[in-house]
Amino acid sequence: MSVPTRTERESDLTLTEAAPVRRTLPPWAPYAALAVAIAVGGTVTLAGVSAGLGAVLTVVLYVACVVTVSRLVEGPRKAKDRAVTTVVTSAFLLALAPLISVLATVISRGTARMDVEFFTFSMRGVVGEGGGVYHAITGTLMITGLATLISVPVGMLCGVYLVEYAKGRLATVITFFVDVMTGIPSIVAGLFAYALFALILGPGVRMGLMGAVALSVLMIPVVVRSTEEMLKLVPNELREAAYALAVPKWRMILKVVIPTALAGIATGVTLAIARVIGETAPLLVTVGITQSVNLNPFDGRMATLPVSAYYQYVNPGVPPDPSLDRAWSAALLLIIIVMALNLVARLISHRFAPKSGG
Amino acid sequence: MPLSETPSAVARPRLRAGDRVFAGLSTGAGLLILFVLAGVAAFLLVEAWPALTAPPEEVPGGRGVALYVWPLLFGTALSAVFALLIAAPLAVTIALFVTYYAPRALAQGLGYLIDLLAAVPSIIYGLWGFTVLAPATVGPSGWLADNLGFIPLFAGPVSATGRTMLVAILVLAVMILPIITAVVREAFRQVPRLHEEAARALGATQWEMLRMAVLPFGRSAIIGASMLGLGRALGETMAVTIVLSVSGGVTVNLISSGNPSTIAADIALQFPESTGLAVNTLIASGLVLFAVTFAVNMAARTVINRRSEFSGAN
Repeated sequence: MSVPTRTERESDLTLTEAAPVRRTLPPWAPYAALAVAIAVGGTVTLAGVSAGLGAVLTVVLYVACVVTVSRLVEGPRKAKDRAVTTVVTSAFLLALAPLISVLATVISRGTARMDVEFFTFSMRGVVGEGGGVYHAITGTLMITGLATLISVPVGMLCGVYLVEYAKGRLATVITFFVDVMTGIPSIVAGLFAYALFALILGPGVRMGLMGAVALSVLMIPVVVRSTEEMLKLVPNELREAAYALAVPKWRMILKVVIPTALAGIATGVTLAIARVIGETAPLLVTVGITQSVNLNPFDGRMATLPVSAYYQYVNPGVPPDPSLDRAWSAALLLIIIVMALNLVARLISHRFAPKSGG
Repeated sequence: MPLSETPSAVARPRLRAGDRVFAGLSTGAGLLILFVLAGVAAFLLVEAWPALTAPPEEVPGGRGVALYVWPLLFGTALSAVFALLIAAPLAVTIALFVTYYAPRALAQGLGYLIDLLAAVPSIIYGLWGFTVLAPATVGPSGWLADNLGFIPLFAGPVSATGRTMLVAILVLAVMILPIITAVVREAFRQVPRLHEEAARALGATQWEMLRMAVLPFGRSAIIGASMLGLGRALGETMAVTIVLSVSGGVTVNLISSGNPSTIAADIALQFPESTGLAVNTLIASGLVLFAVTFAVNMAARTVINRRSEFSGAN
């Protein structure tokens, strides 16, 4: 019995040795190819070709190199796999390029006017150098604040309705249209606010409240979605425990469900504010622009950071440089505010994230 | 049957005043969403009505609302479709990278980097496109016109400032990239793990696994996400307003200085200085934009929702 087994094993062994062994490239091989490609691409770039063309050349060279070697050593399937890996990775790096370029441009151009005067002066009577965006900062804060005051109650109540009350068709319809509402173009939201107020107060009306209404249209669906997601995460045991203690439903929602989900909702609201605080188009058609401080959102035009950056850029004075500097600094301020809000949102959700288990 | 009656009598909730008020408030908030959407259409229609019924020669341009909106609608569609053609494949590969190729520990951070692209306000993309991207495209556009000039898209003559449709398309593509990536990533995250493992167990390479198990599962999400991105691109205003140098012609030439405007950019440019019937005309064009984006978004959501009904989760 033992003799045939041994011969079988031996024949297996010889077969394996005779068959083409599946070889793989050593792990350092792609890096070596990359180094070669970068060296060539870098040399070409230094020799005077544009950096973009040099980068393209590097990638093409790397792919060609790796695919050819891999095809010879590992076979066509592995070669294709390696090609896809390279394409996917470079697509990601390609997408980072605009982000880096945008941030670098805004930071390098925007720091020119990050001075005290910029934050404490309005543009009233300013020609040429000097002036600031104090009026625009107050305007942006007031309009965004008003929009938040409108959106948060409405959005949270709608989220509560969808999770705690809604049944059947109406819930499906509302969920669907909340999603559709997130896609309303911001300029259409602005026109809506304009049309609404023009019908009541006559054409040509401009006031801060209109801007707040327009921003609310953009903000409400975001708040609804995040409230809905967070309320769905609240465990049913908590609700049942409250019911078991004969707590009425509305107190159960206010005292148990919402406090449990509050951190998540706060994150959502912060992200919603970050989304609308940089909106230009709806404010352009509803609030307009002014050169002075206006602290009354119910009367007249107000300046806001994005709109004032826009006008500083499209209508620069002579010479244009002071105006362009103000536009870039306003843009930098805006990007700092938006990034800070995003960071705060991450911190809230990280700090107060519901602890699983334990 | 006293036994079955007693519990149902106990379980029937007593309706308290607080309950009624709160239920009423939250139902009202839900209905408000529907009213707002209907209101957007209704108020825009009311304000657009004078322009729609006015004699054609009184409308700006002098040839009626339809002929005023048509070149704008063409420009809107042209820029949005090409932006989508660039952004959609890129977004899918980025979603693949973040989900399947990036090191596990870095994946979330890298995904967050892509989300940051969405956080940048559109006016800043406009300023960036005008200052950085537009001058950078002048050289390559010249090359395109010289070598691929037989394609109508690159017929030239090349714009000297670079404020062309091509730059508007590139900026739009960057702007819609994060939303498409986010939706597609969400779909890839729901791919049943067993499908992936089955493919790997059959000896598939990473790419074969993606093609057999992941991409078919994510297909409708990819379609839906692309349509969402299309909706965003159609309605994007400030970036196009700043970047594009408009001359109003209807042309597919992407690199010349004679560009059609888009509806949104036209509104942003004209509205602040308009009065009377011009405002009504602009609102009419806004209504067209609303109708188009609304239809695109509804179709997108329908496609995405259909997928979740058949996902491996249930």
